[in-house]
Amino acid sequence: MTTNTLNESLDDAHNDDHHDHKMTGIKRWLYTTNHKDIGTLYLWFSFIMLLTGGALAMVIRAELFQPGLQIVEPDFFNQLTTVHGLIMVFGAIMPAFTGFANWMLPMMIGAPDMALPRMNNWSFWILPFAFAILLGSFFMESGAPNFGWTFYAPLSTTYSNGSTAFFVFAVHIMGVSSIMGAINIVVTIMNLRAPGMTYMKMPLFVWTFFITAYLLIAVMPVLAGVVTMLLTDTYFGTSFFDAAGGGDPVMFQHIFWFFGHPEVYIMILPAFGIVSTIIPAFARKKLFGYSSMVYATASIALLSFIVWAHHMFTTGMPLFGELFFMYCTMLIAVPTGVKVFNWVATMWRGSMTFEIPMLFSIAFVILFTIGGFSGLMLALTPVDFQYHDTYFVVAHFHYVLVTGSLFSIYAGAYYWLPKWTGHMYSDALSKWHFWCSLISVNLLFFPMHFLGLAGMPRRIPDYALQFADFNKWVSIGGFAFGLSQLIFLAVVIKCIRGGEKAPAKPWDGAEGLEWTVASPAPYHTFSTPPHIEDIKGQ
Amino acid sequence: MSRSNQRWWMGIWLFFISFFSCSAWSESQLNLTKGVTAVSREVYGLHMLSLYICTAIGIIVFGAMFWSMIFHRKSKGAKAADFHESTTVEILWTAIPVVILIAMAVPATSTLIDMENNDNSDVTIQVTGSQWKWHYKYFDQNIEYYSVLSTPREQYENQNGSFDGNGAHKDENYLLEVDKPLVIPANKKVRFLITSDDVIHSWWVPAFAVKQDANPGFINEAWTNVDKPGVYRGQCAELCGKDHGFMPIVVEVKSSEDYDAWLNEQHALTAKAADAEKASLSASMGKDELMQLGEATYMAHCAACHQPTGLGLPPTFPALKGSQVATQGSVTDHITLVLNGKGMMPPFGKQLSLQEVAALVTYERNAWGNDTGDVVQSSDVKAASGE
Repeated sequence: MTTNTLNESLDDAHNDDHHDHKMTGIKRWLYTTNHKDIGTLYLWFSFIMLLTGGALAMVIRAELFQPGLQIVEPDFFNQLTTVHGLIMVFGAIMPAFTGFANWMLPMMIGAPDMALPRMNNWSFWILPFAFAILLGSFFMESGAPNFGWTFYAPLSTTYSNGSTAFFVFAVHIMGVSSIMGAINIVVTIMNLRAPGMTYMKMPLFVWTFFITAYLLIAVMPVLAGVVTMLLTDTYFGTSFFDAAGGGDPVMFQHIFWFFGHPEVYIMILPAFGIVSTIIPAFARKKLFGYSSMVYATASIALLSFIVWAHHMFTTGMPLFGELFFMYCTMLIAVPTGVKVFNWVATMWRGSMTFEIPMLFSIAFVILFTIGGFSGLMLALTPVDFQYHDTYFVVAHFHYVLVTGSLFSIYAGAYYWLPKWTGHMYSDALSKWHFWCSLISVNLLFFPMHFLGLAGMPRRIPDYALQFADFNKWVSIGGFAFGLSQLIFLAVVIKCIRGGEKAPAKPWDGAEGLEWTVASPAPYHTFSTPPHIEDIKGQ
Repeated sequence: MSRSNQRWWMGIWLFFISFFSCSAWSESQLNLTKGVTAVSREVYGLHMLSLYICTAIGIIVFGAMFWSMIFHRKSKGAKAADFHESTTVEILWTAIPVVILIAMAVPATSTLIDMENNDNSDVTIQVTGSQWKWHYKYFDQNIEYYSVLSTPREQYENQNGSFDGNGAHKDENYLLEVDKPLVIPANKKVRFLITSDDVIHSWWVPAFAVKQDANPGFINEAWTNVDKPGVYRGQCAELCGKDHGFMPIVVEVKSSEDYDAWLNEQHALTAKAADAEKASLSASMGKDELMQLGEATYMAHCAACHQPTGLGLPPTFPALKGSQVATQGSVTDHITLVLNGKGMMPPFGKQLSLQEVAALVTYERNAWGNDTGDVVQSSDVKAASGE
């Protein structure tokens, strides 16, 4: 089917704009093929997962509040860290971005819906089952997976507990969901752009999701492969990762991180897109270098395939390998730097205001950059021998994933909430959310740098006495940060139920097709492609 | 800035000042250790270099951001400029970072080449990780032993205690102390051959800047040359299961003479142990004596999994109380299981003396109401091992 006939057939289906054709009650959500409904489902699901994963983290922090084993057994502690990681990566951050993609991509490129709406429904609705299986394993006799979210063999094979098969099955479903979501994004962007919207005229947000989708298609099958090998090693007597049968446990890590490192960028490139949309809007100035941002995103994506072994410097790599991965990893600082410099140059001599989306974006730029700095330090192989598997690493990836990805998700949510709900959010409440989150998140993660440098390994349920002071503060920060996220829940519920009516374009500096439709966005938008002579490359 | 605003900032500032100058921090280490080897000092230098570079870049970037946040705000009447896309600027901010990165890569490369040069060592020690202890074997010396956490369980197990901020008393080196530390000579190049018996562990001593994974079935190399005698502590750095947080590393670095004296002492001890082993074969111990030694052995080697109560942590770690093996099964099968292990359970034949195994099996068959009345002697163990 060519682009034109696809457009026409979709137009035919929705030529009667005044009827939504949507079912009522639960059936509307179960059967929906509407990109906005599915986007909403993804976003709510990811928020529920964020709170679930956060609750697990709270138990971890309560146990680590003081030295000694107070609340949980070491084995259960390992289950908590494992499931916390899996839920936050696959349940909170990734589905949240897919939610943004569903809601915003069609509206940004002037398309009536995602290109593959039924698959879209399916890719969402298998997710709750995946996480039900994963969380359900907590109630098994052996307990949930306890080998860390990176599930290194042979701890996850010969030495794993009885829930490994459930873990593998859950990861497979998550992978299937991600791959389908990614295919949908690629097909939509390639085929459903409004006439005249060339690739280099697409909003940067669209570009980052386009590139991320390719990364997903490239590496999720690798994850599926490695968990399958793990499954057969555990239950069917193969020896992929068992030296006694001719396998190699380090090979597991190579395959896992070949997925794992691009995965890291899957969780940050969309964040770049969101922030690159918001900063120009509130600086009232064009993004400094649109095309260099596109090229920087693409270079980061390409480089992400040749740096995976920097997670494995201590596994006993040959010197040449260590040097290669060190140099490639350091190279990533260049395109990432280009991004940060671009955001700063966009703010420079702008006319800035500081609405909540902008506050979260500015916090993102600063705190993500701090995470980038520790990343650069970690790239240096000799020093990585000291940092590796300590709280320094924990601090690093929480800076890029929480104050990076999660903050960008909040920035985007506040930015588009008026478009989604038709109401402005409560200014006072959202300010509380921002400031409480900002202060507590730094209390939570910054001292982890010191803990790691002082020598505290990660994934331990109890620690030596010299780590006690910082752990106490970290735990207090953790509880405060966790509770602060409930403010966001209040903001969203309040915003859905009412509030000041939002105009079609609530932000005077905002650009893009999504602001040309009413707020809340009608159930069907752009049934006929918009005229976009006015759209220029940003 | 309004008056009330100023007060806010003062408050926040004071909070941070008091936070970081709080007397409690005086004991907390904030930075990476310099360590006690040439390599660890180089690593520390690299760490500081990269930290300074990052700080400098941070000041420039965040400075520019805060400058525009303060002076280019709409409320101050700032009008947005209209500049964008500048090839010159783009080339500059690509090229300058590349130069900075090269400046960091050069010293990093030379340090790394140093670290990976394992040649010409004076002493070689095989380090083997297993759940959850370390085994050290001195090449050409016939010395080998296990090194196990020596912090008593009462100090860390306070689940049943109150959550009152104190918990059980903890010693100074809580969780960082072992029964028998690794002993190495100062000012000698010591090479470690690192491997594992079960899952992946990682042998890490921060003061040496040595962290190397212990992979089952493979051998990794690392080395150190310590210039200051003393006691240095580290921990397992790779998640290795339940008691990953409870397998510390302690290294005692001794001067050349002290090290030689220690070697002689160990040789004497090994000979004595061999004699004792022989003697135990003909000796027969009383049940009380066996139970006493058995309980000590059980607590040191078995209680981590099977628990002090003998109830285990099923289904991963089965209970011994009332179990088939410890009550109905034959004594020989019980001994064989202890000696050879099974599935996840490691073999203990290498780690325990005949007498200890005898006592352990006696203990397991009579403790927790198992009450089989069986008494096992060293000679039974010898017979069961089939040697």
